Amino acid sequence: MGREKNLLITRLAIQDLGLSRGERRLFSGLSLTAQAGEAVALTGANGAGKTSLLRAVAGLIRPAAGAIHFEGGAGVLDPDEARAGGLHLLGHHDGLKTNRTAGEELLFWARWTGGSTEAIARAIDALTLTPLLDLDIRKLSAGQRRRLALARLVAAPRPLWLLDEPMAPLDAANRERFGALMADHLAGGGMIVAAVHDPLPVPARTVEIGAA
Amino acid sequence: MTALAILLRRELALAWGRGGGALYACAFYAGMATLLPLAAGSEPQRLAVLAPGVAFAALALSSLLSLERLFERDFEDGALDLLALGSPPLELVCAVKCLAQWVASGLPLALLAPLIAIALGASPVLAPLIVVTALLGGIGFSFSGGIGAALALGARRGGLLIAVIVLPLFAPPVIFGAGAVQAFAAGLPWTPGFVFLAAYSLAAAALSPFAMAAGVRNAIS
Repeated sequence: MGREKNLLITRLAIQDLGLSRGERRLFSGLSLTAQAGEAVALTGANGAGKTSLLRAVAGLIRPAAGAIHFEGGAGVLDPDEARAGGLHLLGHHDGLKTNRTAGEELLFWARWTGGSTEAIARAIDALTLTPLLDLDIRKLSAGQRRRLALARLVAAPRPLWLLDEPMAPLDAANRERFGALMADHLAGGGMIVAAVHDPLPVPARTVEIGAA
Repeated sequence: MTALAILLRRELALAWGRGGGALYACAFYAGMATLLPLAAGSEPQRLAVLAPGVAFAALALSSLLSLERLFERDFEDGALDLLALGSPPLELVCAVKCLAQWVASGLPLALLAPLIAIALGASPVLAPLIVVTALLGGIGFSFSGGIGAALALGARRGGLLIAVIVLPLFAPPVIFGAGAVQAFAAGLPWTPGFVFLAAYSLAAAALSPFAMAAGVRNAIS
């Protein structure tokens, strides 16, 4: 685990980034940074490229121009290693199999991302998932599924959270719970980059995507 | 390593769980093997000659069935993104998925293969060789089939596309596998076919993960 410490991302730097989907240029010349303890809220119209930006930071989309750097205590990190151990991507889809139970799926994803047993228990507690664990995913509502996906963030602590509309399906009580988790994460030196339409419940710098 | 072991367990649980399809593949195999003699005529002598070949061709088609499930479901529900973002390289993730598919459906199909060949009139003496060739061939079917499954990701009617891409890749193991068994049955040298089958399957296992990973990266980008 000592190795992971060296990989700790303390700063995300995006320089002059341009993204294309097929022939269409979504945006270009986008620069933004996030320091440890900082949250960035990405806003912009539907289709402006917020999701694509998050996926590019995660390394799933290759940028058409510009660069994405992950910096740690010892300077710029190897992007593949930084991504593999340093970030969580929470997309529109929760990655849950409908014919498995919530407990099985949570355990698998938490282990896959390197979560410890204690951290998994903490995640179950933080998002009040205990009553759901024996239920099939197909029986869960969208909000319940999202809570299960959010539990990954707590079960396997990683410095950079990339969140795509994380709050959309959540009810008021769970928004509050997740807000507290985000505040904890930032207080512990974490970073959040979130695509949102509603304001984040934590202090965040707003960056508009696709603004001329 | 542990992450890959966890993935293997999940893949097996999914394949053997509800809607997993491993059983369907076996049922389909048995159904195919019943249908073919109805078409070819029921003279025992003629069937006995055809038996190993029919068993192998039906095995190839049954192996096709579970290919659509290999990546498609993970692609649709977003799990493939998370698997691609994990610390193990995507090539190994793809290899583990194919391995799990071979264990979950290739293995039962290979155990079924001698029963089907014998039911069609093949000599029981052939059974051990049929199991071994079906196991080896199954590796080839799973791994070369995975290329088709990865390439067809996100395409409409992906299942049909997989079949069209993959059937030519299935020809060599069918030729070498059924050829080895038939040569053995006729008392001819059977090792060349067997060795070619082994070579094909091992080459598929070694090389196809790179093609699958490229296909998956392209689909999720």
